[in-house]
Amino acid sequence: MPTLTRWFVKASLVYFIAALLSGVILALRPVLDLPGFLNALGPVYFHLFMVGWVSQLIFGVVYWMFPKYTSENPRRSESLAWATWGLINLGLILRTLGEPLVAAKPGAGYGWVLATSAILQWLAGLAFVANTWGRVKER
Amino acid sequence: MPKLSVWSIRASLIYLALGFTFGALLLFNKGEPISPVVWSLLPAHIDFLLFGWTLQLVIGVAFWILPRYRRPPKRGDVRVAWTSVVLLNVGVLVAAFGPWLTSAPGVSLVGKGLEAGAALLFVLHAWPRVKPPGA
Repeated sequence: MPTLTRWFVKASLVYFIAALLSGVILALRPVLDLPGFLNALGPVYFHLFMVGWVSQLIFGVVYWMFPKYTSENPRRSESLAWATWGLINLGLILRTLGEPLVAAKPGAGYGWVLATSAILQWLAGLAFVANTWGRVKER
Repeated sequence: MPKLSVWSIRASLIYLALGFTFGALLLFNKGEPISPVVWSLLPAHIDFLLFGWTLQLVIGVAFWILPRYRRPPKRGDVRVAWTSVVLLNVGVLVAAFGPWLTSAPGVSLVGKGLEAGAALLFVLHAWPRVKPPGA
C-alpha cells in the first residue's frame, strides 16, 4: 500500500469516528439542553461521513488499486495526489470549525472560513478527477 | 478494466467534479452570500454525489472485480449491467434537473424510480457473481 494511500485511509478512519461522535453530540443537544448553535453540526456530521470517511477512503483505494497510468509513472502525479489529500483535509477541518462558529456568531465576519473551505474542497475534487481520469482505461 | 466500468467510472468522476462544484457554491454562498438562487443547486448536489458519484463508482468497480464465470460471457449478461448504468444516469439527471425544467408533479418520482430500477438491475446482475472461487 503506497504511503499516500495510508494517509488517505487513516485520515478517513479518523473522520469516521469524528462523524459518529458529532452525531452523538447532535442527539445529546436536546437531552442535555446544549447550546443551539450546535445544530450547525448537522451538515458537518453528514460531510464528515460522506467526504471525510467515504470519499477519502475511495480516493486512497483508487490511488492504490486503479490500473497503472504508465509503467514509468504508474500513479500519474504523486504531487497532485498529495495536493488532493492536503486540500480535502484542510477544507473539511475549516468547515468543521466554521459551521458552528458562523452559527454561534452570525454577522461576526467568520463567513470567509466557510468560503475558503468551499474553495479548498472544490480544488481537491478537481485534482482527484484530473489525476484519476487517465487511469480509468481498458487494457 | 472492461468497457462498462470505464464508462461508469468516468461518468462517476464527472458527477464528482460537478457535485463538488455545486457543493462549493452552496458552502461559499452560506459563508459569503452570493444569491438565494444558489440554494436551488442542493438537490442536484445531493443526487450527483450520492448516486452519480458514489453509487456509480461502486457499480463500475463491482462489475470489474466481482468473480467471473468460467465460461463466456465471463461477466454474465452485460446488457443487464449496461441497462442499469443507463437507467442510473438518466435517473440522476431527471431527479436533479427535472424540477428545474418542469413544475409537473412527480418528476422527482420518475427520477427516483429510474434510480431504483438501476439498483434492481444491478443486483440482478451482481447476485450470482457473488460466489466462491471456481463455482
